[in-house]
Amino acid sequence: MADLNLPSEPAIARLGTGRVVLNSLLIVIGLGLLFAPFLFPDVRSQEVAARICVFIVLAASYDLLIGYTGIVSFAHTTFFGLGSYGVAIALKSVGPNWPAIILGAASGVALSIVLAVMIGLLSLRVKSIFFAMVTLAVGSLTLVVASQLSGITGGEDGMTFQVPHFFSPAFRLAANASGGTLRLLGARMDGKLLLYYFVLASAAILLFLMLRIVASPLGTVLKAIRENDTRAEAIGYRVVVYRTAIFCIAAVIAALAGTLWALWLQYAGPQATLSFSIMIDILLMVVIGGMGTILGSVIGVVLMTLAQFYLQDLMKLATAATRAIPGLPQVFNPDRWLLWLGLVFILLVYFSPAGIVGTLTKRDGGR
Amino acid sequence: MTEHLLRLDDVRTDIGHYHILHGVSLVIPEGGVHVLLGRNGAGKTTTLRTIMGLWRAARGAIIFDNRDITGSHTADIARLGVAYVPENMGIFSTLTVLENLRLATATGAFNNERLDRAYDLFPAIRQFRDKRAGTLSGGQKQMLAIARAIIERRRLILIDEPTKGLSPAIIRAMIGVFREIALETTILLVEQNFLFARSLGDSVAVIDDGRIAHSGAMASLAADSGLQTRLLSLSLDAHG
Amino acid sequence: MAEAPTSDSLPWYRALANVNWLPAALALAAFAAIGSPATWVTLTVAGLAMGMMIFLMASGLSLVFGLMDVLNFGHSAFVTFGAFIAATVLARLAGWNTADTPFLSVVALLLAIGAAALFGLVAGWFFERVIIRPVYQDHLRQILVTIGALIVAQELVMVFWGGSPVSVPRPLILSGSLVFGDISIEIYRIFAVILGLIVYVGMHLGLNRTRIGLLVRAGVENREMVEALGFRIDRLFIGVFMVGSALAALGGAMWAGYETLIAPDLGSEVLVLVFIVVIIGGLGSVEGSLIGALLVGLTNNYVAFLMPKLALASTMILMVLVLIWRPLGLKPAAKG
Repeated sequence: MADLNLPSEPAIARLGTGRVVLNSLLIVIGLGLLFAPFLFPDVRSQEVAARICVFIVLAASYDLLIGYTGIVSFAHTTFFGLGSYGVAIALKSVGPNWPAIILGAASGVALSIVLAVMIGLLSLRVKSIFFAMVTLAVGSLTLVVASQLSGITGGEDGMTFQVPHFFSPAFRLAANASGGTLRLLGARMDGKLLLYYFVLASAAILLFLMLRIVASPLGTVLKAIRENDTRAEAIGYRVVVYRTAIFCIAAVIAALAGTLWALWLQYAGPQATLSFSIMIDILLMVVIGGMGTILGSVIGVVLMTLAQFYLQDLMKLATAATRAIPGLPQVFNPDRWLLWLGLVFILLVYFSPAGIVGTLTKRDGGR
Repeated sequence: MTEHLLRLDDVRTDIGHYHILHGVSLVIPEGGVHVLLGRNGAGKTTTLRTIMGLWRAARGAIIFDNRDITGSHTADIARLGVAYVPENMGIFSTLTVLENLRLATATGAFNNERLDRAYDLFPAIRQFRDKRAGTLSGGQKQMLAIARAIIERRRLILIDEPTKGLSPAIIRAMIGVFREIALETTILLVEQNFLFARSLGDSVAVIDDGRIAHSGAMASLAADSGLQTRLLSLSLDAHG
Repeated sequence: MAEAPTSDSLPWYRALANVNWLPAALALAAFAAIGSPATWVTLTVAGLAMGMMIFLMASGLSLVFGLMDVLNFGHSAFVTFGAFIAATVLARLAGWNTADTPFLSVVALLLAIGAAALFGLVAGWFFERVIIRPVYQDHLRQILVTIGALIVAQELVMVFWGGSPVSVPRPLILSGSLVFGDISIEIYRIFAVILGLIVYVGMHLGLNRTRIGLLVRAGVENREMVEALGFRIDRLFIGVFMVGSALAALGGAMWAGYETLIAPDLGSEVLVLVFIVVIIGGLGSVEGSLIGALLVGLTNNYVAFLMPKLALASTMILMVLVLIWRPLGLKPAAKG
């Protein structure tokens, strides 16, 4: 353990510019999401905002896994899917009410724990690269199974279902003069709004939970294991137990994220939750934001989601501008936004593996 | 001055955050068997691996045959005439015994005289030469590892705990083998077994906690029981 | 000192229990289940052909991982590019591919395959130097970087060839089937099997009869010791990587001719199959890759006929079964 020789300055003075930038960004994002229905009342922006909330939780749970154990797994979308399908099946079969939601979420979580324990134990028996490949196969297997079991899961097309009345657009939070739904600052005060704030609040709680976990003694032990698991074992920490514990926690949170996602979409399907591209997306988000930081996922998710839209617009401009030169327009084709993101990702992994948050916090002679 | 074949000057080696060697200084003259004694964790294996370039010395210098090999690549160090017989023997189990030996030759062709000599020293090698090396017993694998080190002429052979897990009969046989090998080359032998070392070594250095605690002629250590007790209680596991 | 029993000196009945027989055992079991010889032959040939193509794609990856402990998720990018390059060459040389010019159509075929393999060699060299080399020891970053490379490669395919599927003009001499009574066997599949066998034999000879092969086999087992014997194994690695990438591209080219319709996500689709084969076969082993690939190819085709609903999952189930029996794969060569 290194000796700490901190200068005795007041706490505020020790906050470097990096941290200030980071905190400001986080505050802006938080406020943006909080007031999204009023700031951006159109349907598309609502979808984007909800997606950001859910994926922040999902990506952060993945960071809990790869950032704090250093083990890469490609089966994470499986938990996301279990939560989604759990709640979907429950709502469809039991009915659109709270008990169904809780039942669905609980089953998704329970299955996720079982799967997480199995995967966690496997990770300790085999080398990390072998493990990564096996989880890739498992993730694929889940996708295939979900697409095939049409009786239960609705097959490739997925399943739609009804959410409780108070989450639906028909539900009126407040009426206007003529008896219709009140619009406050452009936003409809209906069940959908309620659903959005439910998703946002749940996401915030789960995020807060994760931050508490990494700040807790459990988090410290995990960091020690990540640094050097042999030594941690020698000191007396049973690495098996801790790793499996964090696998389970990450899985549970991912499953809960899946629950939120299904509720919001009123839909659960293989492409929406289990696809390899979602897995890649959260991997990119975590790495770009900064592995092992939890808050990095917030930055990463927002960045990638915005990139998906605005980068495409930027590239449309570039396509038009380079129309004269043969070949170039194709490179700047807005459909190819992932190409540029991929290049950025590669560069980040090489030069700045700490990601955005890591780089910002390191500038103050961080931890 | 080339009076010393190998010299370590205040070598420090770290593995990750952990400092293993805290300044090892050692000289090995040409010819004979030189023993490095020490208990588990003292830094014996680390010393050999640092010499071989498998681990990088953080500070200090390693001079072999008047040449600074401190940052050199393992393969280059081997080409200078240094052989390494690691603790786990480094036998390639999926290759045959003969293929294992062939890898130790510079060109793939055997010097038949030396091959015959290896066969004479280790009859089991001749017997199983076309068998997969993984099917050999522990003792036979150790023989193969040593045979591999002498199949071509070397200046220096680094051997890490060759007697580990072997029966007393085999260990006794090895003493003769090593003595014969030492006639044409220099051996740096790492051991925990003091009695084995004593019957073989010309000089001895004792490493404890990453530093050399004693060095000198084996004869004087063997004669000084008081010194033995002191160092024994410090560092050694005596095996019968 | 007692000698432990080895496979070199086993009684004949123990030798039969060798995993090498698994594909044959599977084929036999399938015959019992299918019944009709004609159908069985068609399915078996299809399975063998598919297996051989996947073997081409997988063997390089297995060796690279076994030798240098590097996992290249971008490996399947070579497959995709190989497929598209071969398709383009065949399309450009369509004029040669007529019934009246059998010689020219063979040349066109060889050019297509050759172009794919050449691309694999060159791109492999570039890939190893630029993408892999900076992250040698770091498994986590390797996984991340090579996935990034996979994404970028897939996008590049779409830049060059557009996003929609491309149809592949199968060479005429390889089209059609051989008919024996009830049984019909596609000529292309026979070609795939023969090519695969040639490559396997070539690799086997190369690994077992040459000095470089000796170094590769030793290095797969214990890289450090090979260096301690005086060999710069990193120089060897780039050669192995290039060959592995060329084989992957070759596999892709063959796959293009097999499917006759290829899409840019071809690489990701086969990535999982390739990984499963490498897992089943064991890391670092060419024989393991062959057995694993044949098992996967055969299983896929048999199950598609017998239990169509299970077809997609069958490969994964196979992998799970093998892992339960042999957690490190059937014939692992590297420490794993």
